[in-house]
Amino acid sequence: MLTHNLIAAAAIPILPLAETTGLELPLSLVHGSYIIAGFLFILALAGLSKHESSRRGNILGMLGMAIALVFIILGTVLGISDSTQNAAGEVSLHLVEPAAASWAIIVIVVAMGIGAIIGVMRAMRVEMTGMPELIALFHSFVGIAAVFVGWVAYLSAADSGHFDPLHSGELFVGIFIGGVTFTGSIVAFLKLSARIKSAPMMLPAHNALNLGVLLVFIVLTVLFILMPEGTPGLIMISAATILSLLLGIHLVGAIGGGDMPVVVSMLNSYSGWAAAAVGFTLNNDLLIITGALVGSSGAYLSYIMCKAMNRNFISVIAGGFGSDGDIVGEAKDYGEHREVQAAEAAELLKNASSVIITPGYGMAVAQAQSAVAGLTSKLRARGINVRFAIHPVAGRLPGHMNVLLAEAKVPYDIVLEMDEINDDMPHTDVVLVIGANDTVNPDALDDPHSPIAGMPVVEVWKAGEVIIFKRSMATGYAGVQNPLFFKENSAMLFGDCKDRVEDIIKAL
Amino acid sequence: MIIGIPMESEARETRVAGTPKSVAQLIKLGYEVVVEAGAGTKAAFLDEEYTEAGARIASSGEVWASDIIAKINEPTEREIGAMKAGAYLIALIGAPRNPELLERLAAAQLKVLAMDSVPRISRAQSLDVISSMANIGGYRAVIEAANVFGSFFTGQVTAAGKVPPAKVFVSGAGVAGLAAIGTANSLGAIVRATDIRAEVAEEVESMGAEFVVVEAESQQSTDGYAKEATANYAAAAARMYAEQAREVDIIVTTALIPGRPAPRLLTSEMVASMKPGSVIVDMAAGAGGNVEGSRPDEIVTTANGVKIIGYTDLPGRLPTQASQLFSQNIVNLMKLLTPQKDGELILNLEDVVQRGMLVAQDGAIMWPPPEVAVSAAPKQPEITPPAPAPTPDKKPMDRRITYAVLATCALALLALFTISPSGLIGHFMVLMLSVVIGFYVIGNVSHALHTPLMSVTNAISGIILVGCLLGLVLINQDAPVLAGANLAMLILSILGILLASINVFGGFTVTQRMLKMFRKG
Repeated sequence: MLTHNLIAAAAIPILPLAETTGLELPLSLVHGSYIIAGFLFILALAGLSKHESSRRGNILGMLGMAIALVFIILGTVLGISDSTQNAAGEVSLHLVEPAAASWAIIVIVVAMGIGAIIGVMRAMRVEMTGMPELIALFHSFVGIAAVFVGWVAYLSAADSGHFDPLHSGELFVGIFIGGVTFTGSIVAFLKLSARIKSAPMMLPAHNALNLGVLLVFIVLTVLFILMPEGTPGLIMISAATILSLLLGIHLVGAIGGGDMPVVVSMLNSYSGWAAAAVGFTLNNDLLIITGALVGSSGAYLSYIMCKAMNRNFISVIAGGFGSDGDIVGEAKDYGEHREVQAAEAAELLKNASSVIITPGYGMAVAQAQSAVAGLTSKLRARGINVRFAIHPVAGRLPGHMNVLLAEAKVPYDIVLEMDEINDDMPHTDVVLVIGANDTVNPDALDDPHSPIAGMPVVEVWKAGEVIIFKRSMATGYAGVQNPLFFKENSAMLFGDCKDRVEDIIKAL
Repeated sequence: MIIGIPMESEARETRVAGTPKSVAQLIKLGYEVVVEAGAGTKAAFLDEEYTEAGARIASSGEVWASDIIAKINEPTEREIGAMKAGAYLIALIGAPRNPELLERLAAAQLKVLAMDSVPRISRAQSLDVISSMANIGGYRAVIEAANVFGSFFTGQVTAAGKVPPAKVFVSGAGVAGLAAIGTANSLGAIVRATDIRAEVAEEVESMGAEFVVVEAESQQSTDGYAKEATANYAAAAARMYAEQAREVDIIVTTALIPGRPAPRLLTSEMVASMKPGSVIVDMAAGAGGNVEGSRPDEIVTTANGVKIIGYTDLPGRLPTQASQLFSQNIVNLMKLLTPQKDGELILNLEDVVQRGMLVAQDGAIMWPPPEVAVSAAPKQPEITPPAPAPTPDKKPMDRRITYAVLATCALALLALFTISPSGLIGHFMVLMLSVVIGFYVIGNVSHALHTPLMSVTNAISGIILVGCLLGLVLINQDAPVLAGANLAMLILSILGILLASINVFGGFTVTQRMLKMFRKG
């Protein structure tokens, strides 16, 4: 019984011992490298739990990747042998004949080299404000690679005529998840980089549409398992691929720009499940382990994001959650807002002993993070206690604000989470709200009828003075008016927030 | 509208419901404020200060004729008579123990907001006088104890020898208890505390005291207040109190149950077992006392030389501070009641806070309000009496659906496993374990590192490269490589390898770049 062979979906030539070259890697060695790599990946993620150990974690991840790749490439090039004893005597199995090795290594090195150059160049050049796009793009690569692997497995099986029902099903699932991840990520990428409009694309009955596609896919899977061979099989797998690509577009297309943190982490999760499904197709435990780690990591992040926005996890996974009909708050008269100039704001800051800065996506849009960092160090030099309050869904990516501030050289120990700092608000003299709106809306707590009711928010209004940097009195992403602007202790500082922050620095 | 702040008529009352600062804030809300001459004298606020803040000093009669009366204590018969029909009264009412007063207030056609009936929800904390007064009371209780205690609180090593620190035991870790713990701790004593609600242990420890556990099943509160304990618990608690009484020098008891007599925590035997010179402060003396032998507003010295302080006016012994906090609570209430900031009081009975405080209106008694359950503790529907909830609770239904879905999934998986070859089961095992590990590992990742986390998971999901490599392996060696299915496979594999490599190398590089940026200040 060769149940742990590498590619059960394909025909495995079982050759007599005499035909081996003797250079093949033992299968157990390859599997051993998988175990070590899987372990190192877990350590890598664990390392990221703290700033202190995060870089070590990343390096462990690289190490795991290197080990896995070295052994699998050697195995691909030299062949892998698996010796098992059976009643008839010893059998040996190898997967690549040495003849293929000479050009296989060249193909691998060239393809990986090109990929490495592109990847490293993009990684070195990307602006930190552009991280969400880059990450969405990376997700799409995993998705499309999963589709490719599925097709390769199908073509190989079709070529040899060996179809195994269970692997056919896995292959189908892998292609489907991969396809959804691919187009979903591409749409997210386009929306995030403002190449297409980020407003939700609404088709009629979009939930029914999604469910319908899923049902058709399930029917196709069953049919494919029953009769995978010949033209019907090819048509079915093509149909599934196209369906998955369309579903990806529709799923993410229906989600608006402000909900992107959830979308990106959801796609992260999908890309993991795609890898895991490929692992099932290829009987490869390393892919399953990695896919499951990434999949659960993405799912957990989405869950945190959902909690932070007080949204239902299921409706997020189903897509189109950011668009449930009327999100416009009722027109209420909130009174007059007060305006301040940069010079007065500077005066307030000078006399403060404790300042909290609450940034939002607006800071990223205006590229104001360096100016904010400059203001921070100026104030700290005066002995003022400056800290940052970060809402979990600020920005377009989980943790986006933290990365932007880190890029601008703001020390991470003064950048705090909402929950850590909310209790300190009453003892704070001045709060600067820079490009945030819904995440500081008191209606979330006070008005049970508000569309954002129940969402945890940064309670800036409890501080002595609140200065809100804003272009105009327009509403935020959720489309609700923010009573914060009309509170007695808040004042608006209108204009581009980068310019205004620089004005304050000058006035200091 | 005019807000009147009268002088408190109760002889021992030192507080006043408005300070110059709060008066200024009320005026900012659009109200006119009249203060009775001499109202703030006992709390060290002079009439001139009120005038400066914008209030008018007036006679008693004029003040009582205002549209809104803000005061501290329950009104007397004479005061109720002096108010005009339809006026608002904001004061401590003691609604649960004063049914006659409620009837009287309703009969006088007054709209009464009881400052001591504020629902215990986070949003209403800024108007909760029970909390703000308890805070002062807890502080003062320790100061009173120190006043009659014959030794230092803090331990010292002096030239004359070593002084051990005093041991203070605080019963009840509500606001008063926590304030007492904090004060005793800052005086240098060793502080222990207990509470019937085991979930407050963390708060107790954060104030610097040791939490003493009662070895019996604990209970959780659903409305923010402590409830009466079970017999089993009571026996265990009695043992613990007896033990503590023998050991400590100072005991502060703060146990109050709204609407009921205070629970008896210390018996006279326990008091008798204390060291001579020990001090007990019974903060519940006015409500029947936690300590056997305590008398309201008196210091009782027992046969064995233990002093039991039963003052009921502890907050009033800090008149300036107490007036400041009380009047600030009133300002916060008025902010809530004056949404337009135009000096017009608007009562919104949809709001649970306002509804909870309203005890009489238009001739009708409005107390008790419909029940609202609120607590930081996890909900335990078993011990809450079935009350008409304001919103229909969907929880149990949802849970049933969840269980049904889980059960279906489990059955489907079992069916799948039965028809699966054994190798697949092994893979499922790996998948399941990895998912669990993933959730635990990711759960620990600090929020600030979520972006690097995503880019690192991006990089490792580039492991799909392995799948693409295996694609090369699958090429049929017996057929020409650059034709037909073989060619398609070759191209797909190469493209896959290329894209996955972008992920692997790009992902790790960008992560490293980001992590280098994070630096400590």
